[in-house]
Amino acid sequence: MESPALEVQGVGHAFGHVVALRDVDLVVPRGRFVALLGVNGAGKTTLFSLITRLYDNTSGVIRVAGHDLRRAPGKALARLGVVFQTRALDSDLTVTQNLAYHAALHGIGRATARARIAEVLAQVDLADKAGMRVAALSGGQQRRAEIARALINRPDLLLLDEATTGLDVRSRREVLALVRGLTAGGVSVLWATHILDEIDAEDDVYILHQGAVLAHGIARDLAGAEGLTRAFLALTGAEA
Amino acid sequence: MTGWRAWTIVFRGIVWREALRFVNQRGRFVAALVRPLVWLFIFAAGFRAVLGLSITPPYQTYVLYEVYVTPGLCAMIQLFNGMQSSLSMVYDRETGAMRTLLVSPAPRWFLLLSKLMAGVFVSILQVYAFLAIAWAWDVRPPALGYLAVVPALVLSGLMLGALGLFVSSTIRQLENFAGVMNFLIFPMFFASSALYPLWRMKESSELLYWICALNPFTHAVELIRFALYLQFDPTSFLVTLGGFAVFFAAAVFMYDPAKGLWGRRKGQAA
Repeated sequence: MESPALEVQGVGHAFGHVVALRDVDLVVPRGRFVALLGVNGAGKTTLFSLITRLYDNTSGVIRVAGHDLRRAPGKALARLGVVFQTRALDSDLTVTQNLAYHAALHGIGRATARARIAEVLAQVDLADKAGMRVAALSGGQQRRAEIARALINRPDLLLLDEATTGLDVRSRREVLALVRGLTAGGVSVLWATHILDEIDAEDDVYILHQGAVLAHGIARDLAGAEGLTRAFLALTGAEA
Repeated sequence: MTGWRAWTIVFRGIVWREALRFVNQRGRFVAALVRPLVWLFIFAAGFRAVLGLSITPPYQTYVLYEVYVTPGLCAMIQLFNGMQSSLSMVYDRETGAMRTLLVSPAPRWFLLLSKLMAGVFVSILQVYAFLAIAWAWDVRPPALGYLAVVPALVLSGLMLGALGLFVSSTIRQLENFAGVMNFLIFPMFFASSALYPLWRMKESSELLYWICALNPFTHAVELIRFALYLQFDPTSFLVTLGGFAVFFAAAVFMYDPAKGLWGRRKGQAA
């Protein structure tokens, strides 16, 4: 049986005496869109930092496409594409130059990189912007370029940390539709957000609060009769 | 990602990006040259009359102060370049660009070394531009010295770049960088043999002499000075090599996801 795109088992992390994550279990099955829902400060970014091995978890195990992140970090990271909350493209370089750089970081040779760049830019509908400097792109286009960057190594798992932050409603919808479309091509997605509108009824949802998973299930089931917003507020005690 | 071919691609990619940034930021290149040129054209001219220099290795005869100070200014370019790289790493960390580098499947020490080498490459270009201007100012080492100095520049650039890398891992915010200038760069530069020979320093203060003699920057300067005049100073070579090993190991430790202190403090994530 094929291993899930991501398995997080009993993961905890502390910054000194401050506990940021406690005993988190999370699974992203292959080809699925999984939402990680939580208010600001819930621990989403910390969890992403652990999954991308920016630093090591103090307890538990993380596996990407079956590869243990601590034992085989190279193999695990090679299967990963990441869109961080803060924009990570070099604004002085063109879209193509940025993508070529990230292809190189994954050890992808020039000829293959050229073909991949054309492929991912077509996927995110930015083929006509390939030669433009990133600084000249709109916020939504920059976000799509970030997604193209994350796809350059053909990852099994795509992580997106509040990828629609700072975008207008239209761009937000476009980005979300683009990412949901990727699952049809077999890419698994972990989508971290605090915006409830971005969750569909059939989505697999994890609610993270104060560093722990409070609830997990299909959004429709979690919402019940009251709707997802009320259920979320009731669980987290957050203000409406 | 396995094999040397993949690692070569990663290395080439990182150097290529730095070169592109360098080309896009031509102002940075000019700014990096202004500082040593001010020292060469103004400071050295003023001190020429005041500061007498006896014959001291590697020089075979009395030399003008401009000649003496030029290797120190080459090292100064590399020192500031190392700190500039450090500054850009802190900036990259704040903007998120650093994260994309560190989530590459290549080992972290290799990523840091590649970034370091890219910075050294840029600093050597700056040093050669400076040496060309110095040549026009009548500072003319032996022709072969321009070639012999390359390995010295690589090693001193690596040591100073590794120091910058280590410093970048300890700085939380860009605002803290002014402190680095005041407490690290300036003392390192002035308490060295860059501007005056150590025997001069010994005449005025034994303590200062020892501080200068133990300063790794002094040895980077002397390594460059000797190489530029086709000589080899084993002490400077060993100290510079050792300095590189220590600073780089410290930087790798600090950037290590399991051991380093860098990622363990809340709000300092990459």
